[in-house]
Amino acid sequence: MFRHRALVLALMLGFTAFAFVMAGPRAGLLVMVGLGFGLVLEGLRFGFAGPWRSIVTDRDGRGMLAQLIAIALVAVVAFPMLAANPAELAPAHAPVGVAMILGAFVFGLAMQLVMGCGSGTLVNAGSGNLVGLIALAGFIGGSFAGTLHLDWWTGLGSLPVASMQSLAGPNAGLALTLAGLALVGGVTLARAAPGKRIPPARLWIAAALIAGLALANLVIAGQPWGIVYGLGLWGAKLAQAGGADLAQTAFWAAEGNATRLSASILTDVTSLTNIGLLLGAFAVMRWRASPGAPAQALTMASYAGVLVAALVLGYSARLAFGCNVGAFFSGISTGSLHGWVWLVAAFGGSMLGIRLRPMILRPLPAREAMA
Amino acid sequence: MSPSRPLVGTLAMALLLGILALDMARSGVPDLFDAPAAIALGSGAAPGGAHCSGS
Repeated sequence: MFRHRALVLALMLGFTAFAFVMAGPRAGLLVMVGLGFGLVLEGLRFGFAGPWRSIVTDRDGRGMLAQLIAIALVAVVAFPMLAANPAELAPAHAPVGVAMILGAFVFGLAMQLVMGCGSGTLVNAGSGNLVGLIALAGFIGGSFAGTLHLDWWTGLGSLPVASMQSLAGPNAGLALTLAGLALVGGVTLARAAPGKRIPPARLWIAAALIAGLALANLVIAGQPWGIVYGLGLWGAKLAQAGGADLAQTAFWAAEGNATRLSASILTDVTSLTNIGLLLGAFAVMRWRASPGAPAQALTMASYAGVLVAALVLGYSARLAFGCNVGAFFSGISTGSLHGWVWLVAAFGGSMLGIRLRPMILRPLPAREAMA
Repeated sequence: MSPSRPLVGTLAMALLLGILALDMARSGVPDLFDAPAAIALGSGAAPGGAHCSGS
């Protein structure tokens, strides 16, 4: 165990130093932030997809409330910070549109089929869940594929970008955001069964740490925490290595995206935190005295289903302008109206996904699993 | 039997290292003289990163 833990520490410190030396201090700091996300999400079992399922199937609202608390904590600091530093900090604002709503609905559905959202997929893969690893590969492919058709989808119609700040100003916008979170919290409490309402200490601590890390991300990177762009970029780089000419595509020919495509991954903000998150989850799994039992073995058809669902997950995240992290967590906590619409659409999709889940995730019969 | 967690986690690390190695071979190493300030807040520079919420 000591050897495992020493290796884990060496891996975390080594990669942070690598990013620092190769790409500068901001890259090193962002890897550290990502590591923090991975350590907290896996170590304190803070998640997004699981609590959305628990409130529906088990009337357990504790995880959902922890999410809302974390978002509120970020909003209280981020709103005034964004208002005071508009030239240096950017919010996660995006337009509400037909494809965005459809994308969020499908994302919510698919995340229940792959047992994780954007951050959850990285955490699951890093912590040694085979479904998570398959989902990660699919997510990378899907989020890249989504960039190829984004123009067509956004052409279906969208509203101008609207935010709580643009509708009500920074102070009233923050009040509206907190009121909205309180409303969702109230609905969650009303739905939750007695004994499953108040989050345990573990989730309070996790919510505070996640909020602190999200604010660190904003201060260091100048933009909120995100997942999807980085994974799409990895897919684009793999496609380019395979011979694809992405200069012919609208998304990757656009100035900023073309620059990132030709530059090192170590200069991309979301890639750096994604790498840290994956490493952090792996570190927690290897740090434990026992890494835990392997995830339940599934039938081959189920693994194929997970791969397809993950492709859809990544594709829909691109259309929805973010996943649970970029759209829901960062969108709402920095005032984006699209974050709220995303929440409603994705929750609807999640409810359908919960119903479809037993049809896709079929355990391998015990006799075959033992073979 | 499902593969062990350490094995799957190691495969995830291998996937990550593979992507990094491929990227480094194709894109080269970043220019440190072009690196942004350590912290965006207070740097005086506009955020240059991409986010999922952007199109």
